[in-house]
Amino acid sequence: MEKPLTGRMRLGEGPVDLDAYEKAGGYAALRKALLRMTPEELIQLVKDANLRGRGGAGFPAGVKWSSAPTGVDSPRPKYVVADADEMEPGTFKDRFLMEGDPHQLIEGVILTSYAIQAEIAYVFIRWEYTRARRLLEQTIAEAYRKNYAGSSILGTRYSLEVRLHVSAGRYIAGEASSMLNALEGGRAVPRPRDPLPTISGLWGKPTVTHNVETLCNVPHIVSNGAAWFKSLGRTQDAGTKIYGVSGKVKRPGAWELPMGVTVREILEEHAGGMRDGLTLRGFLPGGASTDFLTEQHLDTPMDFESIQKAGSRLGTGGIVALDDRTCPVGMAHNLITFFARESCGWCTPCREGLPWSAEILAALEKGEGSPGDLEILEDQCRLLGPGNTFCPLAPGAVEPLQSALKYFREDFERHIREKRCPWK
Amino acid sequence: MILTREEQRHSTLSEEVRSEMLAAVAACERKRGAALDVLLIAKRYYGWISDEMLRELAVILEMSPAELDSVATFYNQIYRKPIGRHVILVCDSVSCWIMGYDLVRVRLTARLGINLGQTTPDGRFTLLPIQCLGACDQAPAMMVDGELFVNLDATTIDEIIQRYP
Repeated sequence: MEKPLTGRMRLGEGPVDLDAYEKAGGYAALRKALLRMTPEELIQLVKDANLRGRGGAGFPAGVKWSSAPTGVDSPRPKYVVADADEMEPGTFKDRFLMEGDPHQLIEGVILTSYAIQAEIAYVFIRWEYTRARRLLEQTIAEAYRKNYAGSSILGTRYSLEVRLHVSAGRYIAGEASSMLNALEGGRAVPRPRDPLPTISGLWGKPTVTHNVETLCNVPHIVSNGAAWFKSLGRTQDAGTKIYGVSGKVKRPGAWELPMGVTVREILEEHAGGMRDGLTLRGFLPGGASTDFLTEQHLDTPMDFESIQKAGSRLGTGGIVALDDRTCPVGMAHNLITFFARESCGWCTPCREGLPWSAEILAALEKGEGSPGDLEILEDQCRLLGPGNTFCPLAPGAVEPLQSALKYFREDFERHIREKRCPWK
Repeated sequence: MILTREEQRHSTLSEEVRSEMLAAVAACERKRGAALDVLLIAKRYYGWISDEMLRELAVILEMSPAELDSVATFYNQIYRKPIGRHVILVCDSVSCWIMGYDLVRVRLTARLGINLGQTTPDGRFTLLPIQCLGACDQAPAMMVDGELFVNLDATTIDEIIQRYP
């Protein structure tokens, strides 16, 4: 089984350094692209490879690139921003990639920048990722020293400035347009969807934003080709994916596996199944903002379309397992409380609806729920759903709530009927 | 906005800090683009941002103090109130919650004698909740002064507290 993203990492040996990275073929993709490929050829290659965004939305990377204006009269400077602001609860894949093989990310950033002919690239990283920050600072400095970044890269006419931006927290900053406001020194509130950031992004200039994992795939596609990349996936989706599992399983962790392996394979073979004495009741397939799925979905392939057909989203691929000794109402309360706190307050349904929902769930947990509460929660799920809010935060927030109400209805009702949390 | 002579004489920033901030501002396309950089530099040296300091930073960034305050109060890692010598960030997101966040919180609040959002009377610790630290596979987790601690239980929590006088 090929593991392009993690293949160079050695357990217990610390991050892959520049020397090891180069010896294992690192920066050969950059050399190949800059010396032998036009930006248009690079964009076409990534389109052909069907690389889809690994941050949650799954948008095709090549299509995003080609929506940025090209040509001598396009607005300048153009920007590429790597979203390393990983904050989706249950997700730790980007930290794993940055701490394990930081040059891989930087090579992906430079290649992407070359494809859209960007002048400036940012790695936008959260303050709390202190180890990854230190590593990336060093990695970027090394890339400059070897002339993989900076002016006239590898003797070509292409120049790129690579910057590390340390952000200061808030989940919403991971939403692409909010991230641009953060980079401009403002509050990280979302922007209208139109115009697209690729047309008018940072400081009003064309900007391509990508998740860390997406960018890490780019060097491998350049080195090995589109057909190879497509062959890595087990279903129609291409490449590998870093899947994670947390919760009360025997071996929580992250693994690089072919796109489209089943949930069962990840949970049972890699995570070792549930701890002794516990059974699985449900799981969030891709982080906090994805709908619960249950045992009946264990044989679903973990790819974009299959998980969507099952009623959820692949999201980040960070699976959170719910066991039979953990209260599903309590878990929904924890999730909604998170989103209520992280709402930027810009639009009313999100600002008001999430705290309201959190209060109801808290009351249920305290045994103070009343008949009609579940109907109010269902109303909230609808009112905070797609189309009613300014950005995807609230629609994402109610995904686990609406599915918890569906799959764990009896548990919610027991809280009201028995006037207590049966797990306490 | 221009600082009064009185304010210039009583600058809250050392020359070293000020020049580091000016370098961050110079590296950005527009001055205000360095707002977070400047706030984080202030955090690194002083821990928190007082009203007086905020006014000075606003001048450096060519923003109004009110606008800079709206930015400073938006982000988790910028503190507008005094903090303790050490800041403990306890992850309360879903994986840590499943794996025992409540026990971690109870242990910490009992040992320190304060609630979340408070500072110990001796000024040693500030205890704050934080969203997912990306250590879900080693939950429950917390961070002290930027250092990550994982697989917490009562014993390890007590040991960690001892390390920060």
